[in-house]
Amino acid sequence: MNGRFDTLRRAVSVRLWLGRLGERSIDLARDAGGITLLLRDAVATLFTTPLRWHHTLDQMNRIGVTSLPLVFLTSLFTGVVLSLQSAYQLRLFAAEQFTSDLVALSMTRELGPVLTAMVVAGRVGASIAAEIGTMKVTEQIDALRSQAVDPVRYLVVPRVLAGFFMLFFLTIYADCIGMLGGYFVCVFKLGISSHQYIKRTIQVLMIKDILSGLAKAFIFGTVISIVGCYFGFKTEGGAEGVGRSTTLAVVTALVLIIALDAFFTAVFYLI
Amino acid sequence: MIQIQNLHKTFNGNHVLQGLNLEIQTGEALVIIGRSGCGKSVLLKHIMGIMEPDEGKVSIDGVDIFSLTPRELDQFRLKLGMLFQSAALFDSLSVAENVGFSLFEHTELPPEVILEKVTEKLRLVGLVGIEDLMPSSLSGGMKKRVGLARAICNDPKIILYDEPTTGLDPIMADGINDLIVEMKHKLRTTTVTVTHDLKSAYKIADRIAMLYEGKIIGMGTPQEIENTSDPVIRQFITGSAKGPITSD
Repeated sequence: MNGRFDTLRRAVSVRLWLGRLGERSIDLARDAGGITLLLRDAVATLFTTPLRWHHTLDQMNRIGVTSLPLVFLTSLFTGVVLSLQSAYQLRLFAAEQFTSDLVALSMTRELGPVLTAMVVAGRVGASIAAEIGTMKVTEQIDALRSQAVDPVRYLVVPRVLAGFFMLFFLTIYADCIGMLGGYFVCVFKLGISSHQYIKRTIQVLMIKDILSGLAKAFIFGTVISIVGCYFGFKTEGGAEGVGRSTTLAVVTALVLIIALDAFFTAVFYLI
Repeated sequence: MIQIQNLHKTFNGNHVLQGLNLEIQTGEALVIIGRSGCGKSVLLKHIMGIMEPDEGKVSIDGVDIFSLTPRELDQFRLKLGMLFQSAALFDSLSVAENVGFSLFEHTELPPEVILEKVTEKLRLVGLVGIEDLMPSSLSGGMKKRVGLARAICNDPKIILYDEPTTGLDPIMADGINDLIVEMKHKLRTTTVTVTHDLKSAYKIADRIAMLYEGKIIGMGTPQEIENTSDPVIRQFITGSAKGPITSD
């Protein structure tokens, strides 16, 4: 009986709960610091040592080119759903012709960069953390150091650079495919002419809309790569540790993407 | 000569190295024995400069390696070679790219010259015609040999072996022991080996040191260690379940 009460008491113990909250906060602060320091090292290495072009192009292929099919599907269906849902509401005001405006603005300013970043975080962020984590637990990172090769230059810089540039191109691609999805709905379902859809889309889009979305893409690409690398390097133990790092890398990247999106949307709104 | 002075290292409150002192002469083959988890591999990583001590000094030929800048330390590391416990071959590179890794990275030699050197080193460890294979298609023994070929590829002055025979069958393990002895004579290197395989230790060592509770508690020739009266070393070399090591 006493044992059960002890368990219950422990479960509701405020002190224990506060202790855990404190531990988690310290972990969070440590990870935030670790990610920032790794990014600083990567940037410093990028500008002080020759770039490994071969590795960077290989990573660009892995991060960018191989993500194209998934980004295509996600953006196309998002464009379709967005236009259908918008048309459903706009119909109430007899304003269905504005569907194209809404799709174009939503895709370029918000959904293009954010959805692409989320897809890439799930796919590439996890793979970066798993690859570097496996290298860590099998002593390959130590082997790199023993061969007088800096792991930041060899592993981190090519991935961060590839993430930085490829998210930008993937976002342009996602914007276009999303608008194509909207085009299909508007032209074949809502009866808006092809010419009118394209004309309205071009008219409504301002350079600022496109650039604000693309600026976010650069930031998200860097975040996904650096977070994946950080949790890869932090991996301890065997397969379980690699699994934990992979999950942490994806979850952290997703939370950061959403938080940074809110921050930069507010900043761009004020500019 | 390698000099280790007052080396301390703690992991998550576990004081692994507790003021370790050790001197290894040039050209000597020193084997460090001790129980699993006693800090043998940690010690090797300090000598290699890939792990930093909490306190203490590691000097190689009079140079304190932790006083060097990262770039100087990298240059220094090229004088050393290390065979890792799991061989630690790079999964994404072929055998030839693994063995010639430091030459591809740090020299301007043409690829054909590097490949010639790779073939020579692979022949030295008894492997021929596997240059294009990937590490995933090699057996445990072959991986260790490739790891050894990588460790000696840029003709290091010091070679560190981390559990070179762990996970191998007795015949393969003895083959690796022979190879280590052969390398020492052919390349005239200083070798530091950590192991808990006593058969291996007796075969390859000029001197054996026992690491216990973060310090070197005894050192001597293989014969001296075999005939020691120190109860801790005796328990370890006889493999007895009862004794001072297990009484805590």
